[in-house]
Amino acid sequence: MELPLDYASLRLIWWGLLGVLLIAFALTDGFDLGVGALLPFVAKTDEERRMVINTVGATWEGNQVWFILGGGAIFAAWPFVYAVSFSGFYLAMFLVLSALILRPVAFKYRSKRPDRRWRAFWDWALFVGGFVPALVFGVAVGNVLLGAPFRLDGDLRSFYEGSLLGLFTPFSLLCGLLSVAMLVLHGAAWLGLKAERGPVQARARVFGTIAGVASLALFVGGGLFVAFGDLGFRIVGLIDPSGMSNPLRTAVVAAPGAWLDNYTAAPWTIVAPVLGLLGTVVALAGLWRRSEPLAFGGSSLGTVGIISTVGLSMFPFILPSSIDPGSSLTVWNASSTHLTLFIMLGVTIVFLPLVLLYTAWVYRVLWGRSSSTEFKTNPDLY
Amino acid sequence: MIDLAVVDLSRLQFALTALYHFLFVPLTIGLSFMLVIMESIYVMTRRPIWRSITRFWGLLFGINFALGVATGITMEFQFGMNWSYFSHYVGDIFGAPLAIEGLMAFFLEATFVGLMFFGWDKLSRVGHLFVTFMVALGTNLSALWILIANGWMQNPVGATFNPDTMRMEVSDFMAVLFNPVAQAKFVHTVSAGYVIAAVFVLGISAFYLLKGRHRGFAKRSMTVAAAFGLAASLSVVVLGDESGYALTDNQKMKLAALEAMWRTEPAPAGLTAFGIPSLEDRETHYEVKIPYVLGLISTRSIDTPVEGILELVAIAQTRIESGVLAYDALERIKADPTDVAARGDFELNRRDLGYSLLLKRYVADPRDATPDQVVQAAWSTVPNVPVMFWSFRIMAGIGFLMIGLFATAFVLCTLRKHETRWFLWLAVLAIPLPWISTELGWILAEVGRQPWAVEGVLPTFLGASSLSVPQLWATIIGFTVLYGALAVVEVGLILKTIKKGPFAEIDLFGLDLAPATPDPTDGPDRPAPTPAPTVA
Repeated sequence: MELPLDYASLRLIWWGLLGVLLIAFALTDGFDLGVGALLPFVAKTDEERRMVINTVGATWEGNQVWFILGGGAIFAAWPFVYAVSFSGFYLAMFLVLSALILRPVAFKYRSKRPDRRWRAFWDWALFVGGFVPALVFGVAVGNVLLGAPFRLDGDLRSFYEGSLLGLFTPFSLLCGLLSVAMLVLHGAAWLGLKAERGPVQARARVFGTIAGVASLALFVGGGLFVAFGDLGFRIVGLIDPSGMSNPLRTAVVAAPGAWLDNYTAAPWTIVAPVLGLLGTVVALAGLWRRSEPLAFGGSSLGTVGIISTVGLSMFPFILPSSIDPGSSLTVWNASSTHLTLFIMLGVTIVFLPLVLLYTAWVYRVLWGRSSSTEFKTNPDLY
Repeated sequence: MIDLAVVDLSRLQFALTALYHFLFVPLTIGLSFMLVIMESIYVMTRRPIWRSITRFWGLLFGINFALGVATGITMEFQFGMNWSYFSHYVGDIFGAPLAIEGLMAFFLEATFVGLMFFGWDKLSRVGHLFVTFMVALGTNLSALWILIANGWMQNPVGATFNPDTMRMEVSDFMAVLFNPVAQAKFVHTVSAGYVIAAVFVLGISAFYLLKGRHRGFAKRSMTVAAAFGLAASLSVVVLGDESGYALTDNQKMKLAALEAMWRTEPAPAGLTAFGIPSLEDRETHYEVKIPYVLGLISTRSIDTPVEGILELVAIAQTRIESGVLAYDALERIKADPTDVAARGDFELNRRDLGYSLLLKRYVADPRDATPDQVVQAAWSTVPNVPVMFWSFRIMAGIGFLMIGLFATAFVLCTLRKHETRWFLWLAVLAIPLPWISTELGWILAEVGRQPWAVEGVLPTFLGASSLSVPQLWATIIGFTVLYGALAVVEVGLILKTIKKGPFAEIDLFGLDLAPATPDPTDGPDRPAPTPAPTVA
């Protein structure tokens, strides 16, 4: 059967869609994670905490689906990546899952009992559910940039030769902290839009400013690592963008500094890191001038820029191998078949706009600031 | 060689997390539709008691939904974490339904579920009913896609092995979508969810009636549960039978194992009602047979025989032998991708490749297998017969009990004899039964597929990730502690909510959740209705 889109284009589109999903996750559930991480610090009394929780209470669940869908989409479009990364980062994934498992329960159960210790426990669960995933996702991205210690055998079975602690290198920790800072800034900006005016907002501005400054510093620091550090990979042999998906048929070498190649080959890509810096600066300006939409717009753009920077720097790599570069997974050798990519694109074209449409409607219905009095009259609020 | 301890622990972890996840899922599937029914009655009659009913069961729905979502996150990633080679080997087909589930179904339910709880005062009556319906639709569609994925593992249609990418690749997506096994499983599974929800509502309502509390509320809930449950329990049994029919074409071994039928029965085969299957003797002792029934169920005829385990093992043995030829050709292709003769040999025997992989449990290279090992591998295609035999009988037995329960409930509700005490006691005691039944249903489906992860394609032990035993113990203990603690919290909250009852919120919030006009059938404990802000 002749498909209307060729294999190489579909791979490129699915690489882009993977980016779209990760960015959508960071933009929506990102502020939920940020708000969770900020909860114990910006809200002191029980009323304040309930008010903060209710800024995300009704919508966080839908936002989290971007993460679930991300997992499903990687499975469907990039099965090698799904198979190698989640088994390789096994215990780190377990940490993330445990933290994320606490979240739905914490939201739902916290306000069901008035007991102080009960509520304090779930507040910390929400903190862990926000902070730990944000940190581990960043650490994981750092390790992807560094290359993961895996090799594929002739049957394309993956063997991983690293440990949980091995994931925490100076560079990956920097990426982890950047991820936390970025999402805390985004969460603080969200609280500006949705929280009741008062002391919580003032505290959120302080923490948001700290996070924004840290985010700038860490992003620049990460750039220096990439430029002068010992990381980067390059394809040296022939590339067949329409070839069958077999990672072992690509010749790859470790090449420090190679993550900057794309910025010389395609100078427009510099837009991404510039956006990462500029967006964060705009967010800081918004916090400073007390313009909530400006702060949220800035933190959103900054997030888009920072995540795009990672993807564009590594292209066409998705998951390079540090111990056996020849096993590295790229856009051209680790995808599903032509037919699967095509069908999944069709499904996405139909359903993604629908998802955006009803998500927008739900946000519109629930629009307005959370207040510290409404849950005294509405039994369904958290 | 594969570390079999890792395989066993991975299976244990998957079984624990999946069975635990499925404690919450069916209640979500069924209760969401019951909420739609209850709320529809509210929208049509505009009687606030129905709003109270919807909101109270919605409250319990929410507590349950939270854990369903929490444990579902694990499921989405566990294939990659613990079943890495499986994920690679079949990801081209298996990943698609999981992704579509997220896009089409989970987004729907998760986005609207927040509005369902928070939107009572922000939406019109019909608007809110629409939101509730979207949640129900999402949860049920979710089940559809998951069962399309699982159905493909039982009956891997529409895919072929590609020697260049060392994996199964999709050839006919429509075949995957309209897989008869998947369709039969879907309707059977969601019906089971409806039964669970109906038993849940029926049992709790019965508890209130036994205590003489919230009688108006409980009687109405009970009537909805009786009607919904009767339809659901009838369909779960009938559609389960349809599943059995689907098995005869695709998984003869599963059928033979759950019947503990060692030898091919001359047509029409009898159904074994009782017996003690013995793995050592390869015999079922003390059999009590009902003539004709199995033949009718599984072949829909009286002249087609149902094949027995011994005959199926003999077939497996020939398929292993031809699979070794495919394996040999594959190795030659791997050594030289341009070897045309090897590709020709592979084509001839490709459908048996999976059977040769069974030998990898005993020998690194299937081509070096001794005849004894071939026999051993052929016998490994027999799942655990006693587990299958008993799981099936208990599951099906509970299914029939449920029909009896709901038929009685339906008659009593129709006669307005809601408060028949012996029946109320039965209804309370029956609450755990459908959960036992659905869990056994999954055990039947998954144990019955062993030794395969994907029937005839990939043995389970080859699908596991290259992990270590300590890593697995860390996560098994971690999940057990976490899930165990959450189970205690969840059950505690549900009991507390039930104890507080449907009208507790009036005391707390002074809301008009109760009927505006006093209802003579309501219990004396219901507080007097208070005027409060009305809802559009």
